[in-house]
Amino acid sequence: MRRAVPVGIGFLQKITKNGAKNFRDRRSENSSGQLALNCSNPLIFGRGKIVLEVKNLSVSIGGRQILDDLDLTVRDGEVAALMGPNGSGKSTLSHVLAGRKDDTVETGEVLLNGESLLNLEPDARAAKGLFLAFQYPVEIPGVATLTFLKAALNAQRKQRGQEEFSTPDFMKRVKALAGKLKISQDMLKRALNAGFSGGEKKRMEILQMALLEPAFAILDETDSGLDIDALRVVADGVNALRSPARGFLIITHYQRVLDYVVPDIVHVMAQGRIVRSGGKELAVELEKSGYRDYVAEPAVA
Amino acid sequence: MPAVQETVDRVKAIGVSEYKYGFFSDIESEKAPKGLNEDTVRFISAKKDEPAWLTEWRLGAYRRWLTMREPRWARVDFPKIDYQDLYYYSAPKTAAGPKSLDEVDPELLKVYAKLGIPLREQEALAGIGPDRRIAVDAVFDSVSVVTTFREELARAGVIFCPVSEAVHSHPDLVQKYLGSVVPTTDNFYATLNSAVFSDGSFVYVPPGVRCPMELSTYFRINEQNTGQFERTLIIADKGSYVSYLEGCTAPKRDENQLHAAVVELIALDDAEIKYSTVQNWYPGDADGRGGIYNFVTKRGDCRGANSKISWTQVETGSAITWKYPSCILRGDNSRGEFYSIAISNGRQQVDSGTKMIHLGKNTTSRVISKGISAGRSQNTYRGQISAHRKATGARNFTNCDSLLIGNSCGAHTVPYIESKTPSAQFEHEATTSKISEDQLFYCMQRGISGEEATALIVNGFVRDVLQQLPMEFAVEAQKLIAISLEGSVG
Repeated sequence: MRRAVPVGIGFLQKITKNGAKNFRDRRSENSSGQLALNCSNPLIFGRGKIVLEVKNLSVSIGGRQILDDLDLTVRDGEVAALMGPNGSGKSTLSHVLAGRKDDTVETGEVLLNGESLLNLEPDARAAKGLFLAFQYPVEIPGVATLTFLKAALNAQRKQRGQEEFSTPDFMKRVKALAGKLKISQDMLKRALNAGFSGGEKKRMEILQMALLEPAFAILDETDSGLDIDALRVVADGVNALRSPARGFLIITHYQRVLDYVVPDIVHVMAQGRIVRSGGKELAVELEKSGYRDYVAEPAVA
Repeated sequence: MPAVQETVDRVKAIGVSEYKYGFFSDIESEKAPKGLNEDTVRFISAKKDEPAWLTEWRLGAYRRWLTMREPRWARVDFPKIDYQDLYYYSAPKTAAGPKSLDEVDPELLKVYAKLGIPLREQEALAGIGPDRRIAVDAVFDSVSVVTTFREELARAGVIFCPVSEAVHSHPDLVQKYLGSVVPTTDNFYATLNSAVFSDGSFVYVPPGVRCPMELSTYFRINEQNTGQFERTLIIADKGSYVSYLEGCTAPKRDENQLHAAVVELIALDDAEIKYSTVQNWYPGDADGRGGIYNFVTKRGDCRGANSKISWTQVETGSAITWKYPSCILRGDNSRGEFYSIAISNGRQQVDSGTKMIHLGKNTTSRVISKGISAGRSQNTYRGQISAHRKATGARNFTNCDSLLIGNSCGAHTVPYIESKTPSAQFEHEATTSKISEDQLFYCMQRGISGEEATALIVNGFVRDVLQQLPMEFAVEAQKLIAISLEGSVG
């Protein structure tokens, strides 16, 4: 079902060399591309096939309703931004999609490339191409980053019936990607995320995403806690992976990151459901007016 | 990380939901009557045709034992043992001196085959370079039946034989060193062992000799209700080196089995002994019934200047482990090391650690202990570091880490540090961590299964110690770690 994804080491180089200018170009292209966008119904205009489909998803944690009959669709090639006030259920959605056990799915369905995910273990979902960049990447003491990366990559390949990478092939790939993300050799040898700074952890998430080449990637507040330089490195990494055969869901509180990773569509989430969808200008509007309207009275678009 | 993957695959292939070595063979054995009294001690001694001094030595220990009580300070809990309800001697009937494998009871060879014990060099070394050799002094229940590689060792002047044989062939050495590190009065279990010890390995490496191969002994507890009382004595004479491996498996049982071994190591001037153990005795069923009680006294004496003794242990089995491999750093500049991985799962109780007794000048010691608790187990590190007032310049570094898996297990650290000289430098580091749901979720989100993630994290945790093991043991140990933690996830 999954198309072969040309992965962008070369693409990455181009972007990095051209720097900020290149981003501006891309942004203007994207903005103009979105003029045709029908904001109230994202299902109509998308060109790519649907990569992620969430239907009527209701989820509770410890008896408390977090997601309430949520619908969401992301298409191949699409970068969707998910914004919303604290406690609206954004992170829970990312965890439910990835398969965390704390969450009880009451009703609904989640399809990745048409296949149902909800009955799969997290590792099986990963092998099917789902990636989650964690808001708080977890420290794994004693396990060298390289060891972990290789275990993850080969575990996924094995589950998909692909040949595992040999150490030299693996090293070549990692080193090329790490260079672009300003991740040093020393960092790769250290235990995964143990003692890493906030910026280092986020870059490591992007490195893993680049290495694992997911069909659909969720970035859960990857921008939070980053200074402007780190944000740019992370955004470069994400942009390099934009591809007609890959969907993104970028969860964020701030419009700032969307200046660098320009979304095709912006969804606003409040009280466990999507309450409004629009073009990138919606993010700008939210930045000005805040989430007041959505917290007080959940408007339905 | 191919090793981990390999481990996981292999574990799956084995299908180890049941204890792998849970069978027992029906070779007839010759038993002493149940119970313990002076006659039993004399019977054992007579069976082995021991000299009068040794019979008296045993009887002295027995009389002492009658006045002693079981130690109660360890953090372990078990029903009272009825020492009169045990057999203290049993020997395979065919043990009357086979000279080669061909003469060995085929039933016995089958048991070894099932256990995968490498009696023949080729089998032992499948997949390992041709230049490495392991000599095996296989212990079946109490009597050493088969000994290989003797001739080659003899050429180097190394004596490697059952203690019962050494008593006859090298009486001076045995009489001089037996009980010189762990005296017959030492502690309840060691004293009991002195009275009734069955057999074990004897090693003597002459001055200046580097033992040409790793020495290895496999112990199994076979006969029902037979207390196993091994006695091992290793002497490294001046300037010599020896590496000794001990690996253990035991068949499945319904009744608890007592095991009270004594290991004595003696390193003279400039000598070095490396003693490695992988212990995998039956830990009991899910409720903790039927596992082995392992009350062991292991002690090394760095008797000469510049000598070194290094203990490495991987403890995964037994219902109860009570074990403190220790070093007496008597010679000036001598060095003691203790590297330990202790894994407890199910209802296992582990109280293990070490003692480093600094007596000589400028003595150094290093303790690296990694405890892993899972299931409903309790895992205690108990360590004593002490410096005598004459032990000027003594140094110790202790690092003691605990890893918890799940919510129902316990990890405890009990360090005793005692210095009578102001020039000693003792360092103690300790950490306790837990494999969290978050860590497992993170690993699984990347495509790594829960079980593989646990193995990955645990192998990372114990890496420092695994590196101390000889190659062939490190692989075995890694496999054991994965097996012992099976079912701890989820």
